Amino acid sequence: MRASAIGALVVAALTAGCAEAPPERTLAETRDGREYQSADTQLLETDAFANPGYLWLDRGEALWREGGDQSPSCADCHGEPAALRGAATRYPQVNATGRLVNLTQRIEQCRVERQFAPPLPYESEPLLSLTLLVAHQSAGMAFDVSIAGAARVHFDRARDYYYTRRGQMNLACHHCHELNPGRMLRGDRLSQGQPTGYPTYRLQWQTLGSLHRRLRFCNEGIRAEPFDYGAAEYVALELFLAWRAAELPLTAPAVRR
Amino acid sequence: MTLRARISVPKTVAAGSVVTIKTLITHKMETGFRRDAMGEAIPRDILKRFECRLDGALVFAADLQPGIAANPYLTFQTRIERGGQLEFVWTDLNGERHRETREISVAG
Repeated sequence: MRASAIGALVVAALTAGCAEAPPERTLAETRDGREYQSADTQLLETDAFANPGYLWLDRGEALWREGGDQSPSCADCHGEPAALRGAATRYPQVNATGRLVNLTQRIEQCRVERQFAPPLPYESEPLLSLTLLVAHQSAGMAFDVSIAGAARVHFDRARDYYYTRRGQMNLACHHCHELNPGRMLRGDRLSQGQPTGYPTYRLQWQTLGSLHRRLRFCNEGIRAEPFDYGAAEYVALELFLAWRAAELPLTAPAVRR
Repeated sequence: MTLRARISVPKTVAAGSVVTIKTLITHKMETGFRRDAMGEAIPRDILKRFECRLDGALVFAADLQPGIAANPYLTFQTRIERGGQLEFVWTDLNGERHRETREISVAG
């Protein structure tokens, strides 16, 4: 009787402890996606002129200063883009209304609420350009997302998603990106699936694309139903991936095969 | 045609020196061989010609073909004897042009 009461107390203490305990990391060491690319692709990324992503960065800088009579520009509130150094490392985060938003959605919110401008489609060139501009300001810094409090439920859900098999191929994210990084998948080399270089210029797309576009591509690859751009499931997954990236520095605009 | 170009040219060079000029421009370079989801042919839309001139004299030119990837990146070298205005012109299949200029001067 007494032993079982103590047992119940221990179980209660353990479950209470679990809710606050930091989640276990499953990657022994993190490696940037660049390291899995060919030498040519790596050179293209690190060449600050030839990297095609900089074409979108130029566009983002022009948009930053663009306003209207009734609509302030980004620069009117924030000054130089460099003022947002570090901002990208803190997204996704739970906003004032209790919704988990990523950097792109935060920019969109600013656009609608502060600039009184119509929202831009998620994967549109102007929104990608602005996202890249803000992400680029944090180049060299590591993600610093919060998974405590209101964010924890999104984090747990995304971690479940990451380790759950899905699609006709019956594969989970971790089968490729934690058990087999570095090995070949037909013509491509599997990476750890780190989110640090987004928005990324992909040679296959011949354009700049968001992390959600890459996640949709992953889902299609394993023949699972992809979510829409900006879907809550993908934003939660972004949060998990940002936490999982640990100390890896941001590198947007990266170049990938 | 609203294209955005990046051009790298040294501002000042020694007379007679060989300089490297790099150009990058946004363009989808649609081949004309692809079909859309409905099976309709996507019309060819490419940059056909690139020319670089120094005060009107041709320095470098290239004919671009459908096999060239999107956002063409061209880099070339030329010997600069005197300074002047470098003019860069990209022309697409419809004859529409995108023009940029850069000044280059010779020291000494």
